[in-house]
Amino acid sequence: MEEVANEAALVVALKNGEEWAFETVVRVYGGRLLAVARRYVRCDEDASDVLQSAYLSAFRAMAHFEGSAQLSTWLHRIVVNTALMKLRTRRRKPEESIDDLLPSFQEDGHHVEQFSDWAAPADVIMERRETRQTVRSCIDRLPDGYRTVLLLRDIEERSTQEVADLMRLTTTAVKVRLHRARQALSTLLRQELAPEDQGRNVRQQAGIKGT
Amino acid sequence: MTCRELTSFIADYLAGELQADTRVAFERHLSRCPNCVQYVADYRRAVDLGQRVYAHDEEPVTDVPDDLVAAILAARGGKFAPD
Ligand SMILES: [Zn+2]
Repeated sequence: MEEVANEAALVVALKNGEEWAFETVVRVYGGRLLAVARRYVRCDEDASDVLQSAYLSAFRAMAHFEGSAQLSTWLHRIVVNTALMKLRTRRRKPEESIDDLLPSFQEDGHHVEQFSDWAAPADVIMERRETRQTVRSCIDRLPDGYRTVLLLRDIEERSTQEVADLMRLTTTAVKVRLHRARQALSTLLRQELAPEDQGRNVRQQAGIKGT
Repeated sequence: MTCRELTSFIADYLAGELQADTRVAFERHLSRCPNCVQYVADYRRAVDLGQRVYAHDEEPVTDVPDDLVAAILAARGGKFAPD
């Protein structure tokens, strides 16, 4: 998280309602928080709305902020909660299916697909800005309800119970969604990052257009 | 254990939450099914990459646009009451 020379002083100023402190807290922490909001809601306009609502909630709750917590962590949590609320209000149409990205099996329980080793260790993928961006865009392509669980469990490292509470799901449903989200991400990564001849088989099986 | 069954247990296996007998069957299947070995490897790599691309220094961050900063500060001071 960003460092502020004297976070304690900033917190005091915020609690005292000093004007400079509000602008500082928006400028210093806002960039990263906007990126966090975007992971959840995906579009810039909604992310801006989330950031604004989150800061206003934070300002109102400032009196309850305890000195023992880190300001950046506290703001981060408020942004995530606000983003989840945003997703709930906009989830009107039926959720996209991710079945096409899940493995298929033969009658006897064997995989239909033959998975080849596409030989790109995570370290190699992480070396290049472009492939890192590809991974993020694959996560972006997961339907909201799956992407959110993946972000909360694997990236935020929240517990299954916590995610269940946040998303108003059972713990079993959280586990199922996380597993499906990871499988779908794995399929998308294979499509995007595996060499042509090794990705194609999967692409045809899944009936998905490459991008 | 079939490939289908094994696949349904991957998350619990990686979390160390499988019952002992199921874990033994899981590992026995892996020992003779290269296709599942690869599938599990891909799955782990997907989890690993997802975690790493959002690690602190990996995600590109831009400044909050000035008009958004202004909007937030105005909303705080003004009559606008967010829901
Ligand atoms: Zn198998």
